[in-house]
Amino acid sequence: MKYLDEYRDADITHALAARIRARVTRPCVLMEICGGQTHTLMRYGLPDLLPPEIELVHGPGCPVCVAPLEFVDRAIEIASRPGVIFVSYGDMLRVPGSRQDLFRVRAAGGDVRIAYSPLEAVKLAQEYPTRQVVFFGIGFETTAPANAMAVWHAKRLGLTNFSMLVSHVLVPPAVRLILGSPTNRVQGFIAPGHVCTIMGHREYEALSAEFHVPIVIGGFEPVDLLEAIAMLVDQLEDGRAQLENQYSRSVTREGNVPAQKLMEEVFEITDRKWRGIGMIPASGHRFREEYAAYDAERLFGAQEIHVEEPAECISALVLQGLKKPVDCTAFGTRCTPEQPLGAPMVSSEGACAAYYAYRRHTGPEASA
Amino acid sequence: MRMGTVRFGGVTRQACLDFVPEAQCGDYVIVHVGFAISRVSPEEAERTYELLRQIQEADESAPEERP
Repeated sequence: MKYLDEYRDADITHALAARIRARVTRPCVLMEICGGQTHTLMRYGLPDLLPPEIELVHGPGCPVCVAPLEFVDRAIEIASRPGVIFVSYGDMLRVPGSRQDLFRVRAAGGDVRIAYSPLEAVKLAQEYPTRQVVFFGIGFETTAPANAMAVWHAKRLGLTNFSMLVSHVLVPPAVRLILGSPTNRVQGFIAPGHVCTIMGHREYEALSAEFHVPIVIGGFEPVDLLEAIAMLVDQLEDGRAQLENQYSRSVTREGNVPAQKLMEEVFEITDRKWRGIGMIPASGHRFREEYAAYDAERLFGAQEIHVEEPAECISALVLQGLKKPVDCTAFGTRCTPEQPLGAPMVSSEGACAAYYAYRRHTGPEASA
Repeated sequence: MRMGTVRFGGVTRQACLDFVPEAQCGDYVIVHVGFAISRVSPEEAERTYELLRQIQEADESAPEERP
């Protein structure tokens, strides 16, 4: 398909890798933030094409992975109520809560359904006027406008049986946390192309200037990622630190203004807990007062559920790029996609799931 | 809501076009959870691809062995 195939071209991929090898003179640690990019890197074996100087670490950009345990428990509580139709993206169903997961709620008779878009949940609310339809709205800035549109649309339709459990998180506060940490090793970032498609350049220009760190907005195909890495290596070798846009076929400077406006109409910024990381100030969304009628947490009193994170899984360190999935003693043995200990092994965007799918048979050395 | 039919390779799906008011029939769009979030810019795609082709040509003329 046009705009996809050419960005998977093996010759160009190898040419970019050769250019990186020729340019790099010193070790550098680079982080891709988005879980979709982590999966492309692993699926195409791109780390193997790179010179040993370049170490790639994987960031917290998997929405399922960073949704806090208490949110999963709140979802389970709401989904277990009689009369509720609980609608979620498929990956969320297997994420372990503190006692069970949404699949078990369904097995026990709960009406839990999988959807591809929040609009499907709005449609269900129209079809079942006597049932409460609740959508599990997780995601980053890419997904938040879609959820805002679903709520806005439900309001316009006058639906009183549609609500959303909102667990949106924002990328820049997490990047700020990583860069501000005394243990930070990351010297350059690939910023998530679809988040920036919505949000534009502004926040990442500010991060680059504040921390004097190179940031390149990157796409999702192998050629995109290698070009973004080449641009980061160029910046590091030149001693530059600025924001550059590799994914200019989708990302504009100002971003998607209609999407930003609708998101701001429905949601406001709030402190959010990230699974494995903890509370990050001003890092997520909650409903504005005008849309409180669509807030499933308030409707079902689920905001009272608080739980502590379990200690068995090192996902906190994986999500901050401090450890690789293969550094975990449970990886591939006690923790697999079928029997996950933590969310990064569950999600199609999780770093542990990417390593399990594509690198299970290689040792820790080969994956460094 | 303005909806449109989007073809993904062989599969067609409906997507909301309200975030890409500029999108016309025949355009390429990026779709996320049922919403088009951008119209792919043919000019930008062509410009960056031309740069990539130059990198590839430079690599082909380079003496280095390919792995």
